Order: sequence, then C-alpha cells, then structure tokens
Amino acid sequence: MKLLWILAQKEIRDGLRNRWIAAAIILLGSLAFALSILGSAPTGSVRASDIDITVVSLSSLSVYLIPLIALMLSFDALVGEFERGTMMLLLTYPVTRGQVIMGKFIGHVLILFMAIFAGYGGAIIIMTLLTDGSTEGWQAYAIMMMSSLLLGAVFIALGYLMSILVRERATAVGAAIGLWLVFVVLYDLLLFSVLLIDDGQLMSQQLFSLLMLISPTDSYRILNLSLFEGVSEAAGIAGIASEAGMSSALLIGVMVSWVIVPLTATLLMFQRREL
Amino acid sequence: MVELNTANKVVSLQAVRKQYANETVLNNINLDIQSGECIVLVGHNGAGKTSLMKLMLGLTRPTSGTVEVLGKNPAFSASVAQRLALGYLPESVAFYEAMSGVEVLAFYARLKGASKHECEKLLELVGLADAAKRRVGTYSKGMRQRLGLAQAMLGNPQLLFLDEPTTGLDPILRQHFYELIDGLKKEGATSIISSHALNEVEARASRFVILKAGSIVACGTLDELYQQATLPIRLKIMVTPGEVSSVVERMGSAINVSDVNNQSFSVSCFKDEKMPIIRHISNLGEVVQDMQIMPPRLDELYSHFMSGGHL
Repeated sequence: MKLLWILAQKEIRDGLRNRWIAAAIILLGSLAFALSILGSAPTGSVRASDIDITVVSLSSLSVYLIPLIALMLSFDALVGEFERGTMMLLLTYPVTRGQVIMGKFIGHVLILFMAIFAGYGGAIIIMTLLTDGSTEGWQAYAIMMMSSLLLGAVFIALGYLMSILVRERATAVGAAIGLWLVFVVLYDLLLFSVLLIDDGQLMSQQLFSLLMLISPTDSYRILNLSLFEGVSEAAGIAGIASEAGMSSALLIGVMVSWVIVPLTATLLMFQRREL
Repeated sequence: MVELNTANKVVSLQAVRKQYANETVLNNINLDIQSGECIVLVGHNGAGKTSLMKLMLGLTRPTSGTVEVLGKNPAFSASVAQRLALGYLPESVAFYEAMSGVEVLAFYARLKGASKHECEKLLELVGLADAAKRRVGTYSKGMRQRLGLAQAMLGNPQLLFLDEPTTGLDPILRQHFYELIDGLKKEGATSIISSHALNEVEARASRFVILKAGSIVACGTLDELYQQATLPIRLKIMVTPGEVSSVVERMGSAINVSDVNNQSFSVSCFKDEKMPIIRHISNLGEVVQDMQIMPPRLDELYSHFMSGGHL
C-alpha cells in the first residue's frame, strides 16, 4: 500500500510540476463556467433547472474532452519509461510490476479527480454564489462529475494498454489519437449511419441498445442524460434508457468493465515483458 | 533488511542460456558468486555482460537453466524483498528528466525505505550536493553517472551491479568511485562490475569472468588466468654496455631473444622455463647488471582469451 502511494505520488508531483493539473483545472473550469452562463440562455429566464441544462451541455462536451485529457495523461506512461530506460531501473527496486501499473493508475486517476472536481465543481460553486441561484439539480451535477471521472479512468486504462502494445513513443501519440477517434467519434458515427441506412430492417431495437451500451462513451451519455428527470427533459431524450432497460447500475457496470479489462490486459502483458 | 542466507553463495547461475528470437546472447553460463567477492565481467560490446546482469536482476528470464540471487529466482514477484538488498547502476543510466537530483534520489530512497538523511549523505559523497536542486535534464553525463551511483548505493546494498560504472567520469572521480566501492567491499558487500577499463579494475577484482559471444571463456583470479593462459613471461636483462652480443651468445640458441640494443635485451619464456633461465643468467657473472621480470599484463591476457587462444 505504501509503495503504491509513493508511485502514485510521483505521478501527481509530475502533474503539478509541469503545470498539467493547473492547465486541466483551468480548461475544465472555464468550460463549465461558460456553459453554466449559457445554460440560462436557451430558456431565456433563470429557472430551477439551470443546473440540469448545464449538465446536458457539459456532459455532451465532456464525452469528447475527458477521454482526450485521460489519453494525454496515459499514452506515454509505459512506452515513455521503456524508451527512456527509467522503467528498467525502477523494476530493480523492491516494487512488483503490478504495483508499478496500479501506482500509476491511482496517480493518474487522482490527477483527473483534481481536474474534474476543482474545475467543474469550482465553476458550479462560483456560479451558484454569483447568481444566488438555487442548488436544485446538484445531484445530477455530482453524478456527472463522478461519471466523468469514471470515463476518464476508462481512457487511462485504454491508454496504458495502448502504451504497452506500441514499441515507440511516436507511435503511441498516433495510436492515442486513433483510440480517441474510434471510441469517441467513429463508433457512434458508424452506429448511427447504419441505423439511418438500415431503417430498422436488420438492426433491431435490442441490438442497437446493446451496441450503444457496450461503448463506454455512450454509456456515459445515457447515464448523464437520462438519470434525472429534469436532465432528460432538457436533453429531450426522456425515458430512452429506461425503455431500453438500461439501469444506471448496468451503465456504471459497463464503464467499470472498460476500466478493469484493459488494465488487467496491460498488467498481464507487463508481467511477460522483458526489459 | 533482508538477511543473507547462511550459505554465503550470493548468486548462482546454472546452465543458463538466453535466446532472443534467433540470437543466442548467453550460452551455458555456470557461475557461483560468494558473498564479499568483487567480480569483474569483461568482454567486447555485445559479449553478453549486460544480458547477464539483467538476468541476475530479474529484468529478463533465462530461456533455460536456473538463476538464483540471494537464494531466490529474481524474475518472480516473490523476490521483491530481495531487491531491498540490491543496487544497480545501468550502462547508460536514465532518470526522470523533469525532476531535480534530490527529488530523483528521494523517490528511489522511499521505494527502498532509505532515509532522507541518507540521500543528503550520498549526494554529498558523490559530489552532487551543490547541483541537487537542479533538474536532472540539465546534468552532464558525469553528473548523471554520479547520481546513478548514488541511487545504486541507497540502503546499503549487499549486492551491487555496476554496468560500466566509470564511463563518463574524469580520472579523479574514477579514483573516488573506486574508493567508494572499496568502502562497500569492506562492509562485506558483493559487487559485480562490467568494465572495459581493465587496468582500473585489475587490483580490485577478486575474480574475472571473461565473456565472449555469450559464453564464459575464462573465469578466475588473476593468477588463475595467468596459469590458464600460458602466456610467455618477459625477462629484460641489462648488461655492461657493449657486452650484449657476447651475453646473448652465451645464453644459447634455444632461448627466444628479442629487443636487443646496446645495453639490454629481452627473453621471453614460459613459466616452467623461467627459473632455469634465471639461474643461467645469474651464473653469467658481473656482466649482468640488472634484470626485470614482466608477467603478461591483463590486457594481453584479455586479448589472448578473446582471440580464442584458450578454447
């Protein structure tokens, strides 16, 4: 446990040293702030569901941004240390390979935690204080923050898997962009174009729901847009998830598997790796 | 701290072979290292010195054969505790560039459970105390090497692996470095050093392991290597000026004479011929003024084994 914390702490210190954490907090905070100001614009007046609208717009944006930030943190985590030669020295110390991966993971998740909770959380607190507005809908906002962290953890784990698969850092950069494109853009694009072209002939409602469900980004979307009545009304997708039989536990379960599977695969490959 | 086994065998390699794809980098390596020894690995680049160290450090696994370090297979997680007693300086040591020297050392110290005080002491010892707050990225090759040495010495290791430790160090630092190694040796530490600088390590090594293309071609103390090598010994004989030719004549024709000049000449002979020749020379009388006996040097010995003279 102590070793895990030493390894995690190193990642956090790195993040603080290179201003990475600060930059992420400012980025996420200003986005959340801007969107919460805009939040009242569509409806024209300050309503009780202000936060709900912010959740809709912010989670739609987070689905692109959080994976990108997570991949930027993780793509280099293993291949970078292999290439520079620091991993070789580290592994002659009294740490197991499992501890090295888990320590990094904890460190990177905590960095993301700081960025999301300070950025998103800070923005909503400032907004509430400024507008003297209601705090109704804060649960949805809190769920949004936590699920954003989970989404980030998914892409940190995927980033590690990619980082151990590639041989060079340069490849890792490209692969990270590819990973992001596939998971965040192309998968949905493909799914929806098939749905449009197919017009319900081949692909049943169930199959479509399943294909949505197995994608971590779609799970995140559905979780945030349909969990709370106010939010799903604002998003105009009321009841979709419950109709398709997707409970929030199931959605979270899918995302958690997207953390565990890549992380385990990374660990197994790392165990076999010779330096 | 991990206690050493009562049997003082620190490292044991048995019939170790290491193969990557189609290339065999180590072949049939048998080597036992006792506690307190200073083993020097010599061999060309690519002879397998680094591969051998990596096997002993558990960074790689042998294709066949067994590796045991401090009583355990180093490639298993179960041997993690053993690594508390290890120190390793890689051939070209790499650090986290963005961290300062003191941060790097403190990070490694915490992993090994060494104190902050020890870090300061080590930085002082390797002469990096003034540069400790600077980023490692700004360090010169020699400074990195010194930082590498400092991290290898964290936690008073019982077993040190030093891969070409003195490259990039100036002569004074080299001297200083060997003093540090001697200090550790006095405390009973075992060290395994790979080096090209044969003359530097000659006096310190308890045993040499000469590697060639992945195999051990010779292993032993300096004396044992001389015996194995059967290299000629050179005698340099100084005589009264002008008397060289007459003395050479009196030496007889069976003797291999070279480097003849006005007042000296050399004779090379094998070990068993040495004493008869010396007796013969001393019988020549006043005309012989002086004599030097020059055993083969380590680099001659090395090139002998490298050229395949033995196996």
